[in-house]
Amino acid sequence: MSVSIEHPAEAHTEHPGYAIFIKVWLVLLVLTGCLVGMSHVSQTYAVWGLLTLTPLKAGLVFYFFMHLKYEGPLFKVVVLVTLGTLLIFFALLFSDVAFH
Amino acid sequence: MSGHVHRDDYGARLGMWLFLVTEMVLFGGLFIAYSYMRYRYPAEFHHGGSELNVTLGVTNTIVLLTSSLTVVLAIVAVQRAERKRALAFLSTTLALGLIFLVIKSFEWGAKFHHGLYPNSPHLATLPPGEQVFFGLYFTMTGLHGVHVIVGLGVLSVMLWWVATGRVRQDRYIHLENSGLYWHLVDVIWIFLLPLFYLAA
Repeated sequence: MSVSIEHPAEAHTEHPGYAIFIKVWLVLLVLTGCLVGMSHVSQTYAVWGLLTLTPLKAGLVFYFFMHLKYEGPLFKVVVLVTLGTLLIFFALLFSDVAFH
Repeated sequence: MSGHVHRDDYGARLGMWLFLVTEMVLFGGLFIAYSYMRYRYPAEFHHGGSELNVTLGVTNTIVLLTSSLTVVLAIVAVQRAERKRALAFLSTTLALGLIFLVIKSFEWGAKFHHGLYPNSPHLATLPPGEQVFFGLYFTMTGLHGVHVIVGLGVLSVMLWWVATGRVRQDRYIHLENSGLYWHLVDVIWIFLLPLFYLAA
């Protein structure tokens, strides 16, 4: 006998189909093309590409491929707290560097 | 109690995500170290980046993004009880993962051929900033490569389990969690591409 535990956040009744993931993959390829293109324009464009397109690509993988879109709030909070912690470490390091 | 199987897919996925955030912190620390070193040695990082092969870096990005797609399509196929299609998608993921490693080995091989490898005599003659650049390059892409190898091992087991019916329409949490791991490996590479290959 198998016993499954039901969770209120687990509204996995309707599974996403193939099409949505193929569309996201196409967007990821286009964004990669834009990132490479921007890096060939100038160093400033390359840095802006790194700061904007790269997190956007990672976000798409997290949200769609890793199914965060279909998960409850707890999963999203876990990821956001982790990213926030890394951001705090990053800010602390560079605030220290700035006064050297 | 025999025959009584406890199942908690939600808890299993949450556990996997908690493991994945430790991986994010591991690589996040290295990304922060990279940021500081790039701030300190901008010219050397620019020069170091120009010695890497952008075409191979971009090709590997497309390979990994596509492998991420096929693994998520394999999950959809299992949810729809399309076992043959799931096996085809998972086999493609494994093939793409191997292609990634082959390309990576060619790339590392070329660097080794030019005397660029950790602690090499040639590397010791380069400016400190370039030594740091290649140190981070080998550490971060190497650690990522280890994750690709582990992911391929885990996905090989999933291929076997889908083939034998252990992973099926009403029980696919193992495949879902293996897919999560593979996607995180993909996300890490998404950051490695602009940091190293497009740095110049």
